[in-house]
Amino acid sequence: MSEIPDGLKYTEEHEYVRDTDTENEFFVGVTDYAQGELGDVVFVELPAVGDTFGRMDVFGTIEAVKAVSDLFSPLTGEIVGINEALAEDPALVNSDPYGEGWMVRIRATDPSEIDGLLSAADYAEHVDA
Amino acid sequence: MSFVPHSDADRRDMLARIGVSSIRELYSDIPGSLVRDGLPEMPDALSEWETVKAIQELADRNHSLICFAGAGQYDHFVPAAVDHLVRRSEFYTAYTPYQPEVSQGTLQVIYEFQTMVCELTGLDVANASMYDGPSAAAEAAVMARAVTRRDRVLAAASLHPHYRKVTETYLHGQGSELQTVPIDERGLVDRDALAEALGDDVACVIVQYPNFFGVIEELEPLAEIVAEAGALLVVAADPVALALLRPPGVCGADIVIAEGQPFGNPLSFGGPVVGLFAAKQKYVRKMPGRIVGATEDVEGRRGYVLTLQTREQQIRRDKATSNICTNQGLNALAATIHLALLGRHGLRKVAEVSTQNAHYARSRLEGIAGVELLYPDSPFVREFAIRTEENSRAILERGFSAGVLAGVSLSRFPALGAPDGLLLAFTEKRSREEIDRLVEVIAG
Repeated sequence: MSEIPDGLKYTEEHEYVRDTDTENEFFVGVTDYAQGELGDVVFVELPAVGDTFGRMDVFGTIEAVKAVSDLFSPLTGEIVGINEALAEDPALVNSDPYGEGWMVRIRATDPSEIDGLLSAADYAEHVDA
Repeated sequence: MSFVPHSDADRRDMLARIGVSSIRELYSDIPGSLVRDGLPEMPDALSEWETVKAIQELADRNHSLICFAGAGQYDHFVPAAVDHLVRRSEFYTAYTPYQPEVSQGTLQVIYEFQTMVCELTGLDVANASMYDGPSAAAEAAVMARAVTRRDRVLAAASLHPHYRKVTETYLHGQGSELQTVPIDERGLVDRDALAEALGDDVACVIVQYPNFFGVIEELEPLAEIVAEAGALLVVAADPVALALLRPPGVCGADIVIAEGQPFGNPLSFGGPVVGLFAAKQKYVRKMPGRIVGATEDVEGRRGYVLTLQTREQQIRRDKATSNICTNQGLNALAATIHLALLGRHGLRKVAEVSTQNAHYARSRLEGIAGVELLYPDSPFVREFAIRTEENSRAILERGFSAGVLAGVSLSRFPALGAPDGLLLAFTEKRSREEIDRLVEVIAG
């Protein structure tokens, strides 16, 4: 059973959104379910700070040994931070997807989009289905 | 496993299943005017002996000429041991032999090949080879665009015209273009013009080393100018000259490519050959081509595998840097065997003798009326250009009669804007007598 923390929001593409201490800024990463499906993560390609993305635009890629998957932005906004630690240690995505394995910090331009994301319960149903 | 061809009944069944009346109908997109019914009038079949005789007669019409033509491919000596090993059927007939469980020998050879390319170029990582020098240059430009996320590509006017053309073709497909940076009166890249042409939309600058005219480019100052503009420096090198010159990687090149033909591969009227490709470690995930890596098996023994395959288009699809999914395995093998036979000292010797021959030729050509070095004050390794008052094609004709291929005519490349003359290349195969004959031919 994969971990699906309650206080977070989710996408059907297995990204999560977590609050930061700044209003309208959020951490984005991939879920425990996603890292389990992918296997050992060997590389994460992240955008640059300042890049902007629309909802569900591809903002990067995540690589396991034999597969590459797109990363979809749950929200419309601007990248204000990226997790540099992943360059040295991409396995953080496997070991701590919701914590040290965060990928980007995004400043949402339309915070109402949060309501359109899946709750933990909805996401749990989605991955069970 | 036996080969079981289709029967007519099989074909009828398959056609019926997809609702098509004939195989011809599957090609209905081809305009009728282009379709021929059956083969054209063919002469009667020849017996094996008649065939051998006919081909021998054609072959006898070839002239064996003492070769002073270079311009990218060079007449070096390939020892018999290379062919002897390359023609082993385990190497010669294997198709895409990369499954690690059964291909450790092949994978290890490629790993050694990659290592040699890194040593020659002074860079961190090399791939299992490209088709040839020109396509390697094109792929380097494409890679630079992917790494920098920038658009424009600059190339020195002294880049081999074939490398330029192939790169232009690749860039055309990407909606990008190649711009030329002029050279100065010494035949070197004009640094002011380069600084002028650079901008924050330039992905890379391609420079040849030595350049098309044989002149040794000063890479370090160019590397600085290019790096300051945030672009990559791509160097197209003569791999034999690299035995003597400062490695481009050490001079600041980000990507180095080369035509590897001089190692292990005869001229063969142009091919097949083998492209060398190396880059800095930090760019490895954007490199095209196959890469062999060293690893350990479950018993801790060293083993080799194709690695970083998520770069390649069979996994990354349209997001891959390149669609290449092959390499020149047999030619790379030949190159590796040849280099292993030569060793570091042997390769240096080949380069030294080639260089000495070129400089002997230069000294003999001095003072010949109607002949001048194109860049008399610029250093060269084993190739240089002369301008000739006499039509270069006429000189070449004279050479044919004397059994000499007296270089490559500069008039074949009008876009270079060079005066008429000849590009002369020298290898360790050329003797003093042969060079004296060349000089006689040129002098007329």
